[in-house]
Amino acid sequence: MTLIATQSLTKTYGGRITALSDLTVAVEPGIIGLVGANGAGKSTLIKILLGLLAPSGGRVRVLGLDPTTDPAAVRARVGYMPEHDALPPDLSAAELVTHLGRMSGLPRTAARERASEALRHVGLHEERHRAVGGYSTGMKQRVKLAQALVHDPDLLLLDEPTNGLDPAGRDDMLALVHRIGTEFGISVLVCSHLLGEVERICDTLVAIDGGRLLRAGPIAAMTSATDVLAVEVSEGTESLADRLAALDLPVTRDGRTLLVPLADEATYDLILGAVAELDLPLHRLDQRRHRVAELFAPREPTHV
Amino acid sequence: MSEPTGVIHDIGYQRYTGPRLGRRQVFGALWLHGLRTIFGLGRSAKAKIFPWLVIGIVTLVAAGLTAVRSQTGQVVMTYAQFADAMSWLVIFFAAVAAPELVSRDLRSGVLPLYFSRPLPRGDYALAKLLALATGLWLLLGGPQLVMFLGAAFATGEGLTGVRDELFDLLPGLLYAGLWAVVFASVGLLVASLTGKRAFAAGGVVAVFLMTTPIVGVLSILPSRTVNELALLASPSTLVQGVGLFTLGDQMAPAGAADEMIGDFGPVYALGAVLLVAACVALLLLRYRKVAAR
Repeated sequence: MTLIATQSLTKTYGGRITALSDLTVAVEPGIIGLVGANGAGKSTLIKILLGLLAPSGGRVRVLGLDPTTDPAAVRARVGYMPEHDALPPDLSAAELVTHLGRMSGLPRTAARERASEALRHVGLHEERHRAVGGYSTGMKQRVKLAQALVHDPDLLLLDEPTNGLDPAGRDDMLALVHRIGTEFGISVLVCSHLLGEVERICDTLVAIDGGRLLRAGPIAAMTSATDVLAVEVSEGTESLADRLAALDLPVTRDGRTLLVPLADEATYDLILGAVAELDLPLHRLDQRRHRVAELFAPREPTHV
Repeated sequence: MSEPTGVIHDIGYQRYTGPRLGRRQVFGALWLHGLRTIFGLGRSAKAKIFPWLVIGIVTLVAAGLTAVRSQTGQVVMTYAQFADAMSWLVIFFAAVAAPELVSRDLRSGVLPLYFSRPLPRGDYALAKLLALATGLWLLLGGPQLVMFLGAAFATGEGLTGVRDELFDLLPGLLYAGLWAVVFASVGLLVASLTGKRAFAAGGVVAVFLMTTPIVGVLSILPSRTVNELALLASPSTLVQGVGLFTLGDQMAPAGAADEMIGDFGPVYALGAVLLVAACVALLLLRYRKVAAR
């Protein structure tokens, strides 16, 4: 079954600002990364998927249901984690998640049990009885994730789940999302403006920009089999390219940067050897971590 | 590796297969949650102080009235007059309770968590409104019940006396219900406009406070028609006008009702209905906008 399908989906605000433009995409269950810069239309898409915004044109289906005509049925099976602060500071996490579980239609006891289960799964134990106001950002993000899980949805919509977290917190959150998508058997749509983050955990990638679809597909098909090394020399780029080509390395040019697929550790030695032989000033030699980035924006290579 | 018995195993994520309740039960759960919030139940001790102080005062007044009545045999205040006399306390109570119900949620940004769930956005506003109306009605109706019990036990006419007293109580409870509905709809609408609880509370009091002088001015203008319609200008006097129209002698000495509202009784009833309807419509519109953000 198709998890999410849109057809020529368009959303304009007041007839002038275009948030989504003729977006047609279909994704299968799994972990889906939705990437795009801030303002690309990610949050608008999520609100349409939840039936909170009506599209200006086109069609949309979530879990085989139409959120424009039957939003309650969609929302019953979807969990949503918003981007911004959404937690009343004076309630404890357990109280809040229990209450929101009841709002999803769980009976009182079931809501309480599932709330503590959900909080345990996201890694909150005894602290769940303390007021949320005293929590760290990481803990708050976990509570937001727990409330999206409490009613056992079939699909989670996560809007920038790593927002405001430090690097370790980001890794934890991504690992948690990955676990939900694989072990829990719940499909996840993760929104992020950081491609490098979501490409680590998702199986499908959807990239949008300015409300338009840039690219969508399984991540395995998008990333080449090998990683890429980026080489930059201050001068003599041409001769280095020729030399590397002579060494049977499939080198490609990208502005002043040479891109060489990383077959194994020997590739490093070959490149360094070539640079040393030609006596060129090596400016940069690094492994591209944002592999997929080049697929979306080949003119603006990103360096870490 | 052998594991000792009695260890709690991590059984992993469990899918939920139990029942999922429908819209009515969810609405009921939200209503009950709101009602508990109003009285500070399930919240900090600080949140309980004000509601229970007000409850203490109104109950004390009711008990005092009952005691005086049983000693002297004189009815100092009818049930409806009691509701009128307590109106300022009810206003303050509503001014504190309404922001607790809606402004807090606006400020903390929790609303997207509600609106991403099956319950329709109108249900959120209506459940909160019903909770506030119920709370205000309990605040007035509870002490009225105390007065009734006191009178019923002290009556010297047996069951007939109890029955007569009951027929006095029921209109009083309905009148208290009118107070509750009008104050709840005006108060909740004002509070839903801001996420700052202090502003919301001030706004609610201001609506009632600022409109009272208008009534005063209108009622001394040299036109009898304007005088008789003056009570329409403020929500609290509007309620009193409806009371004068429907309850008559329970509200004021004979003839006084005629003096104050003349033949405009139905206008007052219509005014009250329109006011509540307008407030509810605006409240629903307001949450339509909030939900789409």
